[in-house]
Amino acid sequence: MNVLLFLIPVALLMGLAGLIAFIWSLNTGQYEDLDGAAARILEDDDDKPIGKD
Amino acid sequence: MTCCGGNVAPEQVAGTSRELTRLARAEELSRQGVAQPDGSVHFTLSSPSIHCGGCIAIIERNLSKLPGVRSVRVNLTLRRISVLLENADISILDVVEALEGLGYQAYPLDDVPDATDKKAASELLRALAVAGFAAMNVMLLSVSTWSGADGATRDLFHLISALIAVPTVAYSGRIFFRSAWSALRGGHLNMDVPISLAVLLAVGMSLYETLNHGEEAYFDAAVSLLFFLLIGRYLDQMMRDRARNAVIGLSRLAVKGANIIGAGGRLEYHAIDEIEPGMRLRILPGERVPVDGIIVEGTSDLDLSLITGENQPVALGKGAVLQAGTYNLTGPLEMEATRSASRSFLAEVSGMLAAAEQGRGHYMRIADRMAQIYAPAVHLLALAAFVVWMIAHGDWHQSLYVAISVLIITCPCALGLAVPVVHVVAAARLFEEGILVRDGSALERMAEIDHAVFDKTGTLTHAVPKIVSAPFRDVRQEQMAYSLASLSSHPASRALVRHLGERAVLPLEGVREVAGCGIEAVVGGKRVRLGADGWVTEIAGGEASERKSTGISFAEEGATPVQCEIRERLRDDAAEAIGELAASGIGVEVLSGDKAEPVSAIAGELGVETWLAEQKPADKIARIDQLKEQGSHPLMIGDGLNDAPCLAAGHASMAPASASDIGRAAADFVFTRDSLDAVPFTFRLSRFAGNLVRQNFGLAILYNCIAVPLAFFGFVTPLFAAIAMSLSSIVVVTNSLRLSRFGGRKRLSREAGRSNPAHHSARKQAA
Repeated sequence: MNVLLFLIPVALLMGLAGLIAFIWSLNTGQYEDLDGAAARILEDDDDKPIGKD
Repeated sequence: MTCCGGNVAPEQVAGTSRELTRLARAEELSRQGVAQPDGSVHFTLSSPSIHCGGCIAIIERNLSKLPGVRSVRVNLTLRRISVLLENADISILDVVEALEGLGYQAYPLDDVPDATDKKAASELLRALAVAGFAAMNVMLLSVSTWSGADGATRDLFHLISALIAVPTVAYSGRIFFRSAWSALRGGHLNMDVPISLAVLLAVGMSLYETLNHGEEAYFDAAVSLLFFLLIGRYLDQMMRDRARNAVIGLSRLAVKGANIIGAGGRLEYHAIDEIEPGMRLRILPGERVPVDGIIVEGTSDLDLSLITGENQPVALGKGAVLQAGTYNLTGPLEMEATRSASRSFLAEVSGMLAAAEQGRGHYMRIADRMAQIYAPAVHLLALAAFVVWMIAHGDWHQSLYVAISVLIITCPCALGLAVPVVHVVAAARLFEEGILVRDGSALERMAEIDHAVFDKTGTLTHAVPKIVSAPFRDVRQEQMAYSLASLSSHPASRALVRHLGERAVLPLEGVREVAGCGIEAVVGGKRVRLGADGWVTEIAGGEASERKSTGISFAEEGATPVQCEIRERLRDDAAEAIGELAASGIGVEVLSGDKAEPVSAIAGELGVETWLAEQKPADKIARIDQLKEQGSHPLMIGDGLNDAPCLAAGHASMAPASASDIGRAAADFVFTRDSLDAVPFTFRLSRFAGNLVRQNFGLAILYNCIAVPLAFFGFVTPLFAAIAMSLSSIVVVTNSLRLSRFGGRKRLSREAGRSNPAHHSARKQAA
């Protein structure tokens, strides 16, 4: 029983962290140009990530 | 082409008119910018020719070097470029021209981020993410209870599940509750009604069980149900977004304003709504006429093909009536507006279009038709279960439990996925072939058609005609003709350029374009002319032979003229496509605004027996309505402004990418490649998709036939419900994915080279 009290919150927190990370990435527009992101990684010049414009 | 005859054409040096066109364009472009709080101006440019990672590098590197450009960002998925200019004084035209110099066509979008749509899409995605998170965790806890957790542990697990599930249902379920509520208020049932009922009852009952230390809770069923259904919703939304973006990407800059000749002859740019009858407008070559009016000065060749379907440009002079949407080809015109934009020909067509679209509003999507039968059946079944158990046992708790498990097990989880998955896969498959589909209902309607009505000009034929013979005597003559033709936007000149291929351009002096006649220049001290027969022979030395066919002539001063013969060019595979449609039992006919003679020639060449010529938009609509009254489902394929109402009136409709903006917006499908094979392909694919949808419904019903009796007699446990629901969804999705391998289209090697650059992104959607 004791181990449950410890493990369940850990599992939930990890899941929650994933959810928050996803919503954050969604809100910062990281899914707006998936094809572009795939192509940009092959470029050599210094490319900064998308800023808020 | 008619000869200039008695009309004295105002002669304009090509360079000057280009400069004026450029200024008008700069003015028009700059209106699309959005001013930012810090004084900078933001533009979103659409550039359909962006197609790979290299394009990103080229565009971003070169544009950011331009003076006044603060930042450039290319979006490869949407094929858009976002440009931030330092201040309002910097011209966006410089950026657009730089892009054109790099080989990218671009134009600004004014309806950029459609705020409400974007919000709806991200709300759906967020709801999906929350439901996914909850489904995973609740399922984890449920698996432990199913594998034997009991007593205090089970109660704890149920309690934690409840804490996760209740907020999730409240958040992610809103989309379904809202839709179910509006359906109920409207007095009808849709699929969301049984969904909402099942989810709410499952959560309610599980809460009751949890608080009373009961054994079974359905939290996992409720949450994973929402998760699966939201996937279906999201796919549907994604498909519509992608199609809309692609269609917006195609639209050219529509007429948004015109140069008004104000007091003292000064030109002022006004938006189209501000144009009043009586105003004088200047229409430069390369512009579209914004409102109906009368020419007061000037002569020009005008392209009416989008309006009347007539293939040959018409030379019009002073006093002639102009309709909105006419394209000015050769000379500058001054016109007087006779009607305001809201009452012009264009607006009339839009009115007809709206009326026709309303007529199609009666179509009911297959999923909704299913819901009409399915929802009441399920609710009656649950009620029957409750009544039977009450009579048999008299235990209301047990009876309610059985009734709710019937509702949960019949909840249309697989049905919710049955249609959207098929449609998304079908749309992705069509996208690979360069065909854009507006929405899922278009696919359903397309599968039902039994009659195909083709427009002629621009649909069966290419917008640019073909030169059949060009008997130039030597390479130098060809070069001269090419150099002249490349300066003109007249269809005959464009045909000649296409016919001669890439040539070196000779230096020309004193270029002038004469409306209704042709184009003239001086090469090596001699005049050369390209254009109408009579006008060209004026400078030629030899006698002109009598011309039998339509065409364009070329002559050097003092030499015998060369007559090129022009014919309308059928699209690739037009005959095969029509043959294939006819073979599948579809009646084919041609409905054109052009004159009887060319229409009958084309119809004869394609082996189409039924054809009607000189059809006005109203006649075309009447023909479509007549077909509908006879009980058939006509498919309309057309491109012009005059076809737009028919495109909306037809049971389904297709338009080529070269169509007028309004026509493209009205069509269900837009095909971006040259081949007409797109029509039978779309038809076959839609039929196959329709079969798959029916198969999926069959599978879902089969599942219900097995599961419902079990639920009815009280054998269903939460474990059973979870397995059964997931299994039926997986079967349905797997069945739908068969569509992604749908092939059978003849691939032409030359077509593959010109394939739609949009195509690698389609794969992702299919995956």
